[in-house]
Amino acid sequence: MAFNKEKFIKYILTVFALSSLFFLFLIFAFILIEGLPLFLKVGFKNIIFGFKWAPTKGSFGIFPMIVSSFLVTFGALIVGGPLGLSCAVYLAEYSGKRMKMLLKPALELLAGIPSVVYGFLGVIYIVPLVRNYLGGSGFSLISTSVILGVMILPTIISISFDAIMSVPRTYREGSLAMGATKWQTIYKVVIPSARSGIMAGFILGMGRAIGETMAVIMIAGNALKIPTSLLDPLRTLTGNIALELAYATGDHRLGLFSTGVVLLVIIMALNYIANFGIKKKRLK
Amino acid sequence: MRIKPGITDKMARIGFNSMAFFTVGILVVIISIICIKGVSHVNLEFIFTSPEDMGRHGGIFPSIMGTVLLALLSIVFATPLGLGTAIFLTEYTKESTFTKIIRFGVESLAGIPSIIYGLFGFIFFVIKLGMGWSLLSGVLTMTIMILPTIIRTSEEAIKAVPRNLRIVSYSLGATRWETVTKIVLTAATPGILTGIMLSVGRVVGETAAVIFTMGSSLRLPTSLMDSGRTMAVHFYILAREGISMEKAYATALILVLSITIINILAYYIMNKVVSKYS
Repeated sequence: MAFNKEKFIKYILTVFALSSLFFLFLIFAFILIEGLPLFLKVGFKNIIFGFKWAPTKGSFGIFPMIVSSFLVTFGALIVGGPLGLSCAVYLAEYSGKRMKMLLKPALELLAGIPSVVYGFLGVIYIVPLVRNYLGGSGFSLISTSVILGVMILPTIISISFDAIMSVPRTYREGSLAMGATKWQTIYKVVIPSARSGIMAGFILGMGRAIGETMAVIMIAGNALKIPTSLLDPLRTLTGNIALELAYATGDHRLGLFSTGVVLLVIIMALNYIANFGIKKKRLK
Repeated sequence: MRIKPGITDKMARIGFNSMAFFTVGILVVIISIICIKGVSHVNLEFIFTSPEDMGRHGGIFPSIMGTVLLALLSIVFATPLGLGTAIFLTEYTKESTFTKIIRFGVESLAGIPSIIYGLFGFIFFVIKLGMGWSLLSGVLTMTIMILPTIIRTSEEAIKAVPRNLRIVSYSLGATRWETVTKIVLTAATPGILTGIMLSVGRVVGETAAVIFTMGSSLRLPTSLMDSGRTMAVHFYILAREGISMEKAYATALILVLSITIINILAYYIMNKVVSKYS
């Protein structure tokens, strides 16, 4: 029989498996095809380090947005990092089995709440709180950081939790046997051993925060300046794309794709670093 | 003065406990706000009628149908592709540079933020392929976006199937494909379903990538080329343009409720599998 069914199936499955790579290639290709020409036309420096975004008048500077994206990301880490890590430590070291069974799914649910809902609640509750007690319009760096901090909690918790759980039990037993208390064991033995995994969790959390869009455009205020205080409004790279894509044409639209190129490069770098951290841990 | 280790230990315990409960508290607060504010505006009429006056009055029926259509069709496209990839990676090949490259592709796709998917779907499907703002553009974009989730969960599920089952199947003279479809996939079905449910949850909650590909028409899409609006997009427009707070809360309630139910189901199925094999 000339037709080999098994070979044919394997052939089909190989094509399926290659589809992910093909899609990745397509995404990169089209973002770059649309985004790069403007870099060549206006100049790399004028886009990345330009301060003025007036796309209909030929200025495509996105430096304030790059800075703003990083500011909200670090803000989110400051809010979500300690909270997330403590939760992971609690889940891994303190909670009973039944508590774990209850809390883990609850945290998954936190991850499932859509970002528009976070943005909406931010506008209704966080923004007025900041406006009334701290001043400014409330649409600010600090409001955005708080909301993003909550949004990245599930990522940080689940990856830090895995890292802490993968620390061998013997490490803990050794430390406890030497007379160390549980707390001393946690911060002198467990956390240092899980460091690379925890770092990976933080970096993936950064990736989520920097890529977040809908919640950010609702609470950040979207002003085109580098914020100089926690109460200033700001516009992120993602926000710039989402706010203007629907009506942009010509060079203006190309400018949004250039913004996308910069965003994509930052995200890929963060993911690469995080994966490197996770793999290193696995090798150990 | 040096604090005694016993005391710092107690303080740490209290600290970690309170941090964990604070986090869970955030979840409880979010869900309760939405339930309390939304529940009085949700009724059968809200679910089964069309919006009037941009959503100021009436219900959200077209956006519920838009969400269901988008999620179902994306699953129809993504499941064979994702499952095929997972089967290939686990059953048809050994770890090699080739599989590493494929895994790299999957990981990278998983890390791309939704606004980039929106940007890509907009330029590729909507503009270059001329599909316009349509259900089809939305479905194809979502298919790519959820592919990594389906691949990863299916792979985990297939890997969890005990080797013995395969060995027995082969020893009875079954071919590789027979073993995969009749033994491995049967045993891995719940895990695969979990992946599908999680993907549905993602599509239902997605906004950025949907609004630029499927558009935001308020009408019920009747063909693949029609534009439409999902609940998440409808909610975003209601809230952002301040059209109606009551309708926004009510939409949020239905949105969050459906995602929560989907995710709980997914988690429940997964737990059953874990307890079966461990």
